[in-house]
Amino acid sequence: MRDLGIDVLFKGSNMLRLLEGLWVSMRISLISVVISMVLGLLVGALMTRKSKVVKWFTRIYLEIVRVMPQMVLLFIVFFGTTRVFGWNIEAEKAAIIVFSFWGTAEMADLVRGALISIPVHQYESAAALGMTELQTYVHVIIPQTLRRLIPLSINLVTRMIKTTSLVMLIGVVEVLKVGQQIIEANRTSSPNAAFGVYATVFLLYFIACWPISMLSRYLERKWC
Amino acid sequence: MVLIMADELVKIDHMTKKYDENTIIEDLSLTIHEGEVVVIVGPSGCGKSTLLRCINGLEPIQGGSITFRGESIDGKSKHINEIRQRIGMVFQSYELFPHKTILQNITLAPIMVQKRKKGEVEKEAEELLSRVGLLEKKDSFPRQLSGGQKQRVAIVRALCMHPEVLLFDEVTAALDPEMVREVLEVLLSLAEQGRTMVIVTHEMSFAKAVADRVVFLDHGEIVEEGRPVDFFEHPKTERAQKFLNTFTYDKVEKAK
Ligand SMILES: Nc1ncnc2c1ncn2[C@@H]1O[C@H](COP(=O)(O)OP(=O)(O)OP(=O)(O)O)[C@@H](O)[C@H]1O
Ligand SMILES: [Mg+2]
Repeated sequence: MRDLGIDVLFKGSNMLRLLEGLWVSMRISLISVVISMVLGLLVGALMTRKSKVVKWFTRIYLEIVRVMPQMVLLFIVFFGTTRVFGWNIEAEKAAIIVFSFWGTAEMADLVRGALISIPVHQYESAAALGMTELQTYVHVIIPQTLRRLIPLSINLVTRMIKTTSLVMLIGVVEVLKVGQQIIEANRTSSPNAAFGVYATVFLLYFIACWPISMLSRYLERKWC
Repeated sequence: MVLIMADELVKIDHMTKKYDENTIIEDLSLTIHEGEVVVIVGPSGCGKSTLLRCINGLEPIQGGSITFRGESIDGKSKHINEIRQRIGMVFQSYELFPHKTILQNITLAPIMVQKRKKGEVEKEAEELLSRVGLLEKKDSFPRQLSGGQKQRVAIVRALCMHPEVLLFDEVTAALDPEMVREVLEVLLSLAEQGRTMVIVTHEMSFAKAVADRVVFLDHGEIVEEGRPVDFFEHPKTERAQKFLNTFTYDKVEKAK
C-alpha cells in the first residue's frame, strides 16, 4: 500500500497542535453561537413586533448578512477597521464579531419563523382558559417555539463550526491552518502528508459536528 | 346603568362591534340566564363567532356593554383573566396544546391559573375523560387523536375549570360527519345537567333538540328569537324562513 502520509501526525507534537487548532475553531464557534443564540432570540422576538421602524432595520440587517460573503465581512472587520478607524482588533475577536453578526441574523430569522408559525388560536385558547399573557408564553408559546427552533438552530451551529475554517484567512491559527503548517514543514520528508493531514482534519470536524447533528435528528423525531 | 337580575349571567346591552370601518354587529342586546341553553344560528359571516369572542373579551367592542354577573367584560382590564376562568370557550378547531398530553392539556389551567392541587385536578380530569369515553387516551398527545376525540377533550378541558357558562363555536364544523354525533351527545348531556350554554351551530336538528331558546342572527342583528318549536316550525320573519330553507332540498324533477 502507498504511504498515506499519516506518519507526520506522530512526529513531535503535531497531533497535539492539530487538536489545539481544533480547539481554536471550537472556541470561536462556541462563543459566537452563544452570542448569536441570545441576541437572535431578542432580535427575532423584536421582528414579530408591528413597528415599521423595527421591521425596516431588521430587514436591512438580514439582507446585508444574506448577500455578504462571510469572508468579506471578516476582511472588513479585521483589515478595514484597522486602516479606517485605527482599531486594532485581534484576529480571533474579529472572527467572533463577524460570526456573531452573521449568526444573530440567521438565528433571529429562525426565531421569527418559529414564533409566527404558532397559530393565533393557541394564544386565544390559552386566554380563554384564563391564562395571563406571561403564563401563555411560559407554558404554551415558548415550549412550542423551542421545539420548532432546536433542530433548526442546531443545524445553524454546525454550519457556524464549519465556516470557522475561513478565519485562517485573517491569520488565526486554527485546525486547518495547523494542518497546512504541518504539511509545509514536512514537504520533503513526507510528500504524501497532505492526504493524511487533511483526512485527519476531516475526521476532527466530523467528530465535532456529528454528535450535534445526531442530537438534532433525535430531537426532531421526538418532537415533530 | 344596567340593571342586573339575579339569574342573569351574561348581559349584552346595545353592543356594537366594528372591524376598522366595517360594522359587524350593531346595537345587539341579548341576555343569557342561568341554566339556559341558547343556540345561535345564522348564515355564514353574520357575526356569530364574533359575538362569542366578544363575550369572552377576545374582541374589543366599540359600543354598548357586555357584563358577566354584573362585571363588565373588557379584554384589556386586569380582571379579564378571572372572568375568563368562569366562562368556558370551545373553538371549532379544538386548539389543544400539541406539546402536552391529553391529561396535561386539561390540568394545565386548573393548576396554573386556579392554583388547585395537582392530584385533585388530575382525579377530576380522569373522571371527566371517562365520562366522554376517553380515559385510555389520557397519556396520548393530541396528534394521536381523531378530530371528534380532540373536540371532546377540548370540552373536558373547558369543563375542568368549572365555568359558569360555556360558549361553543361550531364545535362540529371541522369534523367528519360520523364524528359529529359523538361530540353533540356530550353537549346534550351537558344540557341535561342544567348547564348554561351558548351554542353556535349549523346542525339544525341538534339545535332543535338542545335549545331552550334559538336566536337567529343575520347581518349582525337579532332578526328573530324564540322557543325552538316556534322558530323551526313557524319562523315569523321572511329572512328566517329563507335561512331555514337552505337546509332542505327539493326533490329533483327529472326532465322526461
Ligand atoms: N379579524 C377580523 N378582521 C376583519 N373582519 C373580520 C375579522 N373576523 C371576522 N371578520 C368579519 O366579520 C364578519 C363576521 O364574521 P364571523 O366570523 O363572526 O361570522 P360567522 O357568523 O361566525 O360565520 P361562519 O358561520 O362562517 O363561522 C365577517 O364578515 C368577517 O369577514
Ligand atoms: Mg364562525
